[in-house]
Amino acid sequence: MSAPDTKSAPDTKAAASAVPDVRRRRRPVTGSLLVGGLIVAVVLGMALLSFVWTPHDPTLVNASARLQKPSLEYWFGTDKFGRDVFSQILVGSRTTLFVGFVAVGVAAVVGVPLGIAAGMAPRWLGELLMRANDLLLAFPALLLAIMFAAVYGASTLVAMVAIGIASIPNFARLIRGGTLQVMKTEYVTAARAAGRGPFAIAVRHVLPNVSSLVIVQASVGFAIAVLAEAALSFLGFGTPPPTPSWGRMLQESQEMLSSAPRLAVFPGIAIAVAVLGFNLLGDGLRDRFDPKLEDRR
Amino acid sequence: MIVRLVQRIGILLASLVVSSVLVFAFMAVLPGDPARVALGVSASDTAVAQLREQFGLDRPLVVQYFSWVKGLVTFDPGNSYISQTAIGPQIADRLQVTLWLVGAGMALACILAIPMGTLMAVRHRKPSGLILSALSQVGVAVPAFLAGILLVTVFAVGLGWLPANGWTPPAQDPVMFLKQLVLPALSLGLVQGAMLTRYVRSAVLDVLREDYLRTARAKGLRPTRALLRHGLRNAAVPVVTVLALHLATLLVGAVVIERVFVIPGLGSLLLDSVSNRDLIMVQDVVMIIAMAVLLVNFLVDIIYLVIDPRLRAGAS
Repeated sequence: MSAPDTKSAPDTKAAASAVPDVRRRRRPVTGSLLVGGLIVAVVLGMALLSFVWTPHDPTLVNASARLQKPSLEYWFGTDKFGRDVFSQILVGSRTTLFVGFVAVGVAAVVGVPLGIAAGMAPRWLGELLMRANDLLLAFPALLLAIMFAAVYGASTLVAMVAIGIASIPNFARLIRGGTLQVMKTEYVTAARAAGRGPFAIAVRHVLPNVSSLVIVQASVGFAIAVLAEAALSFLGFGTPPPTPSWGRMLQESQEMLSSAPRLAVFPGIAIAVAVLGFNLLGDGLRDRFDPKLEDRR
Repeated sequence: MIVRLVQRIGILLASLVVSSVLVFAFMAVLPGDPARVALGVSASDTAVAQLREQFGLDRPLVVQYFSWVKGLVTFDPGNSYISQTAIGPQIADRLQVTLWLVGAGMALACILAIPMGTLMAVRHRKPSGLILSALSQVGVAVPAFLAGILLVTVFAVGLGWLPANGWTPPAQDPVMFLKQLVLPALSLGLVQGAMLTRYVRSAVLDVLREDYLRTARAKGLRPTRALLRHGLRNAAVPVVTVLALHLATLLVGAVVIERVFVIPGLGSLLLDSVSNRDLIMVQDVVMIIAMAVLLVNFLVDIIYLVIDPRLRAGAS
């Protein structure tokens, strides 16, 4: 595929400037990092809290409490089945983070070794690996997940794996850029001269030096996973009921827009704030690892 | 230039072949028999065997693959397993609807992003630049379908200015067509515009630091004129790339928007086919979308070569 060629330049540039940073002076915490970190911490806190406490059972259907407005008993009100919206938002954060963790995990576990291998291999082989990797870009997360759902049925697992596979190319391309830079350094030349094998060089020299890139990409990948999961659940191909999911809450709110628009507002805000948090965290981490970007902010 | 072009065409063809093999293989590993799925569990073995023969499902997989590819290349992909109607005209009709939506969304995104991104870059240290930057960050975080729901809540349900959903072909009623297009196109355009704004900002910021812009200023050109005359043309190179890549994202984003606004586009066809287990239709629509993404990426490279003389020089 051809387009990634055009993308590779900025990726490699970003990788080049970020790679040696592990030995550079740490930069002060930026506003993006602080706000993003705080939002992510709140979402994580909500998910953890939902394991031990929710004001109501988020799946309990209660016909006598249908479409209640926000009150002291139901902080965000109730939906058309009488389920507590706040409790669903709390448990929904758990679903979102779980999908994000697994999807980013799948992408990193495949994409990072692939990127390192492509960066360390002979040039022709590296290019070939990247071409194969780029082919995945023709199947965006949503399309891949719908295809998976057509074959295996809709489930959280299918959504997680599909989003993860679709995110592999981003990891691999970025890490390859970083690896190419590390391979030019004197300490890698010295390690080769000392007789170290490719695997030892990859693990002891390349991996620690591209770890900052992995962290930044993981944060951005999380934001993409949150959006993709919400879209899939909205379409009915993500987390199946009765497990609460922000995307499905939005889908269910659609028919109540005229009578209870707030049902769309709460999960909507939750999705947007979570994505904003991961994006800001990614930006902040990139700033911290890449001093060349400092004067742009 | 010619060598580069031939190389790109070769890569495109190879990508198309590999992705078609992937899509076909993926659908071929489906647990169960597509004919049984189409007819239901209560169908007799004879009826299932007849359907298998009718659609050529009893042939070896390699033969089935080449027959499928031939159907795609000759624009005659055969009939649906479920409705038994021709797939080609259905895809063509739906694609037309989706292209209207994507085209309008992309146009709105550009109208929003180019001036906003430039303004953000020029004023990047001023409060107005920072506020615009924060707004674009929020825009990026809002999924298109959420923007759609909010727009419907305000402009259709609340104010009653525009229809909440539906689709009328432009030839049938141009006014209603435009009215129904506004909200879905805005949903796609606002979110894509917010993303694009950040790329425009970044590209213009890069250009603002270039020596030739400083020289233009030193020769007496006012900042705005220098930017318009020398800067934006150079900033266009990375922006065009991102723009085309976003076109692919928009195509997939339209799948969700079509569901929100009940629009009979390619996305709705795909989702309905998945629900009906019309697997040959799913296979065809997925391949059409993948082909569109690959083709757009190929065109990006060609445009890249055309608008940037440095790349042409590098290629030769």
